[in-house]
Amino acid sequence: MSLFQARDLSVRFGGIRAVDAVSFDVHQGEVFSIIGPNGAGKTTIFNLISRIYNATSGKLFFEGKEFTRTPAWQIAGLGIARTFQNIELFPNATLLQNLLIGRHCHSRAVFIAELGFLPSVRKAELRHREKVEDVIAFLGLERYRDSLIANLPYGVRKVVELGRALCIEPKLLLLDEPSSGLNVEETEGMGFWIDDIKKDLGITVIMVEHDMSLVNQVSDRVMALNYGKVLAMGTPQAVQSHPEVVKAYLGAEVDA
Amino acid sequence: MRHLFRTDYRQDIALWRHNGDRFWYGLLVLSVLVAPAVLGEFYIGELGAVFIFAIAGVGLMLLVGYTGLISLGHAAFLGIGAYTNAVLLAQGVPFLVTLPVAGLFTALCGAAIGRPTLRMSGLYLAIATLAFGSIVGTVFQKWTAVTGGFDGFAVPAPYVFGISIDGATGIYYVSLAVLVLVLFVAANLLRSPTGRALVAIRDSEVSAQSMGIHLARYKTLAFAISAGMTGLAGALFAHYVRYLAPDAFDVLLSVQFVTIVFVGGLGSLRGAVLGAMFVRLLPQFIAVVRDDLPFGIGRLPGLEPSLFGLTLVLVILFQPGGLNGMWLKTKQWFQAFPFKRQASFRRQKTYARSERLR
Repeated sequence: MSLFQARDLSVRFGGIRAVDAVSFDVHQGEVFSIIGPNGAGKTTIFNLISRIYNATSGKLFFEGKEFTRTPAWQIAGLGIARTFQNIELFPNATLLQNLLIGRHCHSRAVFIAELGFLPSVRKAELRHREKVEDVIAFLGLERYRDSLIANLPYGVRKVVELGRALCIEPKLLLLDEPSSGLNVEETEGMGFWIDDIKKDLGITVIMVEHDMSLVNQVSDRVMALNYGKVLAMGTPQAVQSHPEVVKAYLGAEVDA
Repeated sequence: MRHLFRTDYRQDIALWRHNGDRFWYGLLVLSVLVAPAVLGEFYIGELGAVFIFAIAGVGLMLLVGYTGLISLGHAAFLGIGAYTNAVLLAQGVPFLVTLPVAGLFTALCGAAIGRPTLRMSGLYLAIATLAFGSIVGTVFQKWTAVTGGFDGFAVPAPYVFGISIDGATGIYYVSLAVLVLVLFVAANLLRSPTGRALVAIRDSEVSAQSMGIHLARYKTLAFAISAGMTGLAGALFAHYVRYLAPDAFDVLLSVQFVTIVFVGGLGSLRGAVLGAMFVRLLPQFIAVVRDDLPFGIGRLPGLEPSLFGLTLVLVILFQPGGLNGMWLKTKQWFQAFPFKRQASFRRQKTYARSERLR
């Protein structure tokens, strides 16, 4: 059975149908990419899944359970983590603090115990720290551990955001344009990490991406969108040569 | 220069980073403990007031500096704490009960104002809290049955274990104890999940939410903690002024609290204490030099508020780290001596502007 399902998902902003009756399934352990021209509704789908937007109609399922009306703050607890297109880290905190915030949904600390920093809180903090260190080692971020995010270069921040999402220990990871703003080598590195995340950590990935080489490198299946509608779905090669997709990217052929 | 060699995760969550911290803060506590034996009554009273303002400063720092929510109504919380404490004392409730009750009740009031203003930020929140402050001020004036209105309210002398602590020295020691407690609690909170959640809300609400942070719960909590600490300060303030009048808790006092936070340095507990020292000691300094100022500047009305305003503007423009930032830079200068470079303290500018979802 598929891990994640979207059924007839639609959202309307005023008169614009940003996402129009989109249905897709994502299977356990695959990398599923969403491609499409600007304004096709890719990021909107992510915002629907992370419940920042309310769907006008349609349903969302995760592990067979519907979560179309679950509040946004409970999504991380379900096991769905995400990154943002334009990096939404906490810039005035250190890398370590940023990753520890990723552990928030696993924290069971009692407020009163926190006030006195009782042994239970201390023990939990050390446990979270160990998990965070695993992620730091996985992504090779050791040398930036105590730097403020505001002082880190863009490429590193992109990796930190990936790390913060991994600290949630998600079952499903939503990556919104993981390669945007990265150079060729950094993009390639990101591709290897996404592969490792799938193979070593066994996390299912949904990715919105413009860089076709990255899409080809990591994706198992691809969905192409335009004007909120599904154009094609299938293997990367099949989708890219699909006539509708070619038309959406290059424009319609002029009839002679 | 000290290099910390870290071998244990526990070192990163310790309150004291190394023995140097323990030594200097220990020395500081020791010197304020013996201060009443050395200094005169007036100075002890003023120092006690610094402690009281520092307690409120720490409370406001958690809200403004760590959660990123502004409040121009904290004088009202100080007033609620002060009146709760005084009214309960007049009913014969012992001081050791009225003090925490004043704090708890004010925390409830803070949650009550935090809840409806959840979706507000920046200027709108400032106006909402300003309105709250003036409403509470009006209640203090009109609810004469409880507050005595403009006739004022004589605060009964507090007793701890049968000993009167009505004098400057007694209030000084109680304020010191409460300040140490409040700093301890705030520091604990900031190294716990709750403190990190507050910082996350300050820096990016949308991603805080996708990390599983319940925005409404933590914003309300931040208001409650902040108000509670200010309420504790208020209870002590009542004994400092000894006679409560409604006009003591006006918007100018709220602005003084905001000055504590900004001049002290946003996002630093040490800054809250330094800011409180600045705000309490500046008027004393003006009083001393007033007669020696040329051109009759000292006799100008409104000298004090305008100096507060000027400092606030200058600090925000030229020293965004506030007094705490100046302290850190000075320390750095000595540690790195003689290798300080012009670029060491240059402000980092980033051009990767993030597009917010709202």
